[in-house]
Amino acid sequence: MDEPEETLVLEHPDVPAPPKQPGRFKLTGFAALHVLMAVPTLLFFILIVVGGVVAVAWVGLGILFLALPAGRWFAGRHRLIASRILGAPVPAEYRPVPKGTHLVGRVLIWARDPMTWRDLAWMLFAVTLGFVMSLLTVLLFLAIATGALWWYGAEPIMRYRARLDRGLLSYGTTERLEQRVQVLTETRASSIDHSAAELRRIERDLHDGAQARLVSVGMNLGLAESMYAEDPEQAARLVAEARATASAALGDLRSVVRGIHPPVLADRGISGAVQALALDMALPVTVTSELPGRPPAPVESAVYFAVAECLANIGKHAGAANAWVTLRYADGVLVTVVGDDGRGGANPDSGTGMRGVMRRLAAFDGTMTVSSPDGGPTLITLEVPCALSSQRTTPSSPTD
Amino acid sequence: MRLVLAEDHALLADGLTRILTAGGFTVAGVVDNAPELDRALADPDVDGAVLDVRLHPSFTDEGIRAAVKVREDRPGFPVMVLSQYVEQLYARELLASGDGAIGYLLKDRVSDVTEFVDGVRRVLAGGTVIDPEVIAAIMARRPDDPLDRLTEREREVLALMAEGRSNAAIAAGLFVTEKAVAKHTNAIFTKLDLPVDIDDNRRVRAVLAWLRA
Repeated sequence: MDEPEETLVLEHPDVPAPPKQPGRFKLTGFAALHVLMAVPTLLFFILIVVGGVVAVAWVGLGILFLALPAGRWFAGRHRLIASRILGAPVPAEYRPVPKGTHLVGRVLIWARDPMTWRDLAWMLFAVTLGFVMSLLTVLLFLAIATGALWWYGAEPIMRYRARLDRGLLSYGTTERLEQRVQVLTETRASSIDHSAAELRRIERDLHDGAQARLVSVGMNLGLAESMYAEDPEQAARLVAEARATASAALGDLRSVVRGIHPPVLADRGISGAVQALALDMALPVTVTSELPGRPPAPVESAVYFAVAECLANIGKHAGAANAWVTLRYADGVLVTVVGDDGRGGANPDSGTGMRGVMRRLAAFDGTMTVSSPDGGPTLITLEVPCALSSQRTTPSSPTD
Repeated sequence: MRLVLAEDHALLADGLTRILTAGGFTVAGVVDNAPELDRALADPDVDGAVLDVRLHPSFTDEGIRAAVKVREDRPGFPVMVLSQYVEQLYARELLASGDGAIGYLLKDRVSDVTEFVDGVRRVLAGGTVIDPEVIAAIMARRPDDPLDRLTEREREVLALMAEGRSNAAIAAGLFVTEKAVAKHTNAIFTKLDLPVDIDDNRRVRAVLAWLRA
């Protein structure tokens, strides 16, 4: 099986030629910045702690809503300085907050984000030991008499401080691996659940549909055989009935197959299959596909069912006059956008269909984002990291 | 009438050969893969083809591709395409050339032997026979298309026309006189701006206009 292992980025790629390490004067400048920023950092640290303590009241939430982003801004400045001193990136890895999350939701997401707690720990460090280290560098420089100490001490002190900053403000390799394992465990469990549920559904569909009908075909034919001599007319009627039932059984099988893996997807890949979906819609759907190759079959299938679900929802709820689907591939990510000009207000959490889509995409590290303001338009963006095979799908003739 | 039959399931190939032979056709050759099909279709003595969509070697849409290709070389070459499932997308591709003489049916339709043999005959005569399932999908389409000009009855007539039925058969199906059907078809041709031409061709083009709308 093709594991999308290139998506497992443990270490950010080092800059090919690291910029020149900042000299003593620059380091001292950074130290001065640290010292200056220590005061507001302390202020926001206190505000966050106070806000957190009184968060049960609205005023506490209000304080947090303002103080946390401000704290993040200062943390961000320090990340920048640390990355300049160390010559390596110090990435911020906050959990994303979906667009349109209300105030309380935002604060809750921030509170659950381990990075917020690391920020807090770092603030404590920045106003105590960190502050002392930077202040010392500045003082050694300012007091001319200690020039020799400054000459030898500035660099080790500041590098050490930057490393401490990085340790607090960024996840280490082990932590990243732990988080990755956590995500993989969750998505694996959910995709196993999902496929077990799918198998049960298929079994039920076959049992209630095609299987039952074929049993009836067999019975009718058996009956017809036994009465063929005495009552050929009745036998002919039974045979005709059996034929009609066999047709219905085939119809059932076709719909089961479509639910497992639509044949047109196997034939034409995701572009052709989405086009076929669009044609079956009651409203005009424009399909634009700019894919230089075919994604792996499991990704194609997940994206196909996601688009099918989105289009079905548009047909049912959006009240749209037009819809469109675009398929693009950029930077190792297959980006699918499904849009409509309907009334908007779509909520991805309502309805099991969309949740199923998200679970299925998550197995490939894929994501779904929904933008649907009241009054529309609704845009659903599906992003799945994957590799494309070079094989191009060429339909026998272009279709509009 | 000499036909090429492409079908990779031996059982179904036998059944189809039997049905076609009983219907008065000559099955000139049975093939089960795309390269052999290309060779068989190159034979100038063949009058038409009955093709399964999935064939060796890749089991995808070889039948559709072969049909489109042979009709590029021999415009209007009659082809009946059979498939376990039907797609509007493929129906459009098959009809895109506008030459008629195309059939596109679900394989299960073969079980109605008389109807199926009749369909093959109509395709060989230049007609168009599209599966009711495709037609139903088109029926459910947007309300603002040009075919909106047609009345409910005219749409019914057009749907039956797309299935490849003659005026007499349409009349029988709708319980009206043949004259009434002729009136409806003329109204359809006028409303779709189809100029006076050989009747068969106009029928094909009416169906095409419908599929493309």
